[in-house]
Amino acid sequence: MLKLQGKPVYKGVAVGSIVVLKGTDAPVKRSKVQDAQAEIARVDAAIKTAQEQLQRLYDKALKEVGEASAALFEVHQMMLEDDDYVDSIHNMIETEQVNAEYAVSVTGDNFSAMFANMDDEYMQARSADIKDISGRLVRVLDGSADIDWESMDAAIIVADDLSPSETVQMDKTKILAFVTVHGSTNSHTAILARMMNIPALIGVPMDLETIHSGDKAVVDGFAGEVILEPTEEECVKAEAKIKEEQEKVQLLQALRGKETVTRDGRAIKLYANIGSVGDVGYVLENDAAGIGLFRSEFLYLGRNNFPTEEEQFQAYKQVLQTMAGKKVIIRTLDIGADKQVDYFNLGNEDNPAMGYRAIRICLTQPDIFKTQLRALLRAAVYGNLSVMYPMIISVEEVDQIQAIVKQVEAGLIAEQIPYKLPEQGIMIETPAAVMISEELAEKVDFFSIGTNDLTQYTLAIDRQNEKLDTFYNPYHKAILKMIKIVVDSAHKHGKWAGICGELGADPKLTEEFVRMGVDELSVAPSMVLRLRKAIREM
Amino acid sequence: MKAFDYVIKDEIGIHARPAGLLVKEAKKFESTITLKANGKSAAATKLMAIMSMGVKSGQTVTVEAEGADEEAASAGMQAFFEENL
Repeated sequence: MLKLQGKPVYKGVAVGSIVVLKGTDAPVKRSKVQDAQAEIARVDAAIKTAQEQLQRLYDKALKEVGEASAALFEVHQMMLEDDDYVDSIHNMIETEQVNAEYAVSVTGDNFSAMFANMDDEYMQARSADIKDISGRLVRVLDGSADIDWESMDAAIIVADDLSPSETVQMDKTKILAFVTVHGSTNSHTAILARMMNIPALIGVPMDLETIHSGDKAVVDGFAGEVILEPTEEECVKAEAKIKEEQEKVQLLQALRGKETVTRDGRAIKLYANIGSVGDVGYVLENDAAGIGLFRSEFLYLGRNNFPTEEEQFQAYKQVLQTMAGKKVIIRTLDIGADKQVDYFNLGNEDNPAMGYRAIRICLTQPDIFKTQLRALLRAAVYGNLSVMYPMIISVEEVDQIQAIVKQVEAGLIAEQIPYKLPEQGIMIETPAAVMISEELAEKVDFFSIGTNDLTQYTLAIDRQNEKLDTFYNPYHKAILKMIKIVVDSAHKHGKWAGICGELGADPKLTEEFVRMGVDELSVAPSMVLRLRKAIREM
Repeated sequence: MKAFDYVIKDEIGIHARPAGLLVKEAKKFESTITLKANGKSAAATKLMAIMSMGVKSGQTVTVEAEGADEEAASAGMQAFFEENL
């Protein structure tokens, strides 16, 4: 039994077995081997296992998403059979007497560099495929093989930290809790945990080398504690807590179907934030009046090329139809900063939070933007859609966006494709946008305040930097004043303003926000009924 | 030796999937099959070497087959290119 403390980012208790996720980019260690032939045999066996994994992935993708997406796994299988690639690995083991993991990793780097240096965008993007197959081989070799989400039982996910592209691939019904060594309270792990209503601990000083998948653990998000290999008694105690929590949730269920109004009769739009089509179930389950922030990045993450207009259209349409006339606010692409995607070729930046991201990518690469806008305008026919644009700092950007929307609209008219122009708003998440919010309010239909980024830019605190968590004061007066300015600017021009950042879900501030005149709060689905309770008691 | 020229019609050029299928096809024959384009050459049985030639749409590839079954190999490759590239 071993008790470790961490910082809870979502309360709750879980008991179950651990699955350790090892990062794909952990450095591979070089070591000398005595028997090169045995090491070569290990490589050949690993290639065979990797081929079998890819075949299963191919079959699964073929069944679920169709041939076009499945072909990627077929290509990976073919690459793993390549004579030059395999010979290079064998050769390095024989001549340098190194371990298989190292030989695979170096060969992968060499081949991937070769493709990265070609003057052909398509071939450059293949360097990610080489990295992918080499990473798969290394994971097979060192035993940290890919998780087979389909066949596994629900488990406690233990990792160093989780990247958005890792979380996007997870089967969320199989996750009991998250426990990570790194990450901050505003990291994606934290956001995901709040969305899914599962306990999560970050900053837990664990040695991942000594923790094995299959070990039992108790995660207590109230005490901020994880117990490895717990005693029978501790498990019983945890089970009792889980039951108690479930009863509290049951009580909140009585608020389903009730209106979100204060005692003096003011109605608040209480919406939910989600990040994938599958999350719509959480929205309905928790009886949110709509979706206030639908992060469209899920369509772009965890894949090797841009999603087509048709793929996007189908995804948006599905959400709009499922929400059956309730409001759905989709935020356009917010890639960059902490959300990196290989095929965008964004490159490394010294200061990514202030870098090439979100609307800045969309305005300089309008083809990417237009594809998304076309899909959105076409999907708007199927429900109550609003679109909002992230990271705005100027009126000129809004003008440019509106010009592009006009072009997209003209194209759809010319092709006689049915579409509808949705309500359009902007995210207020930079201090600049706050300062010119009156001018912006004239141009757009609504404001949605993204408090996470607004706080980071106003306080000059990187939200991914866990060392700064002690300086990070989400209740800073500057932020509350800014929210007031934004709400007043919107109302002056007859527009509405809401909050979709984490701050909107903080029950300590709900009353203040309502008094300020905030019209809409969009929060993690698990928070909807709690806030409804708070607002009805005001 | 048997040889033929072929102009690539596929929009992306010789991309990963057809290159992989090409390798499978080439391995069916005993003859040594070589692709030449852009001043580079690659054995038709080596996927990454073929891809790294970077053959684009509209470019010409010369396919050479040499060996016991070169007639069949050349005909087989020609049929493959017509159908896939």
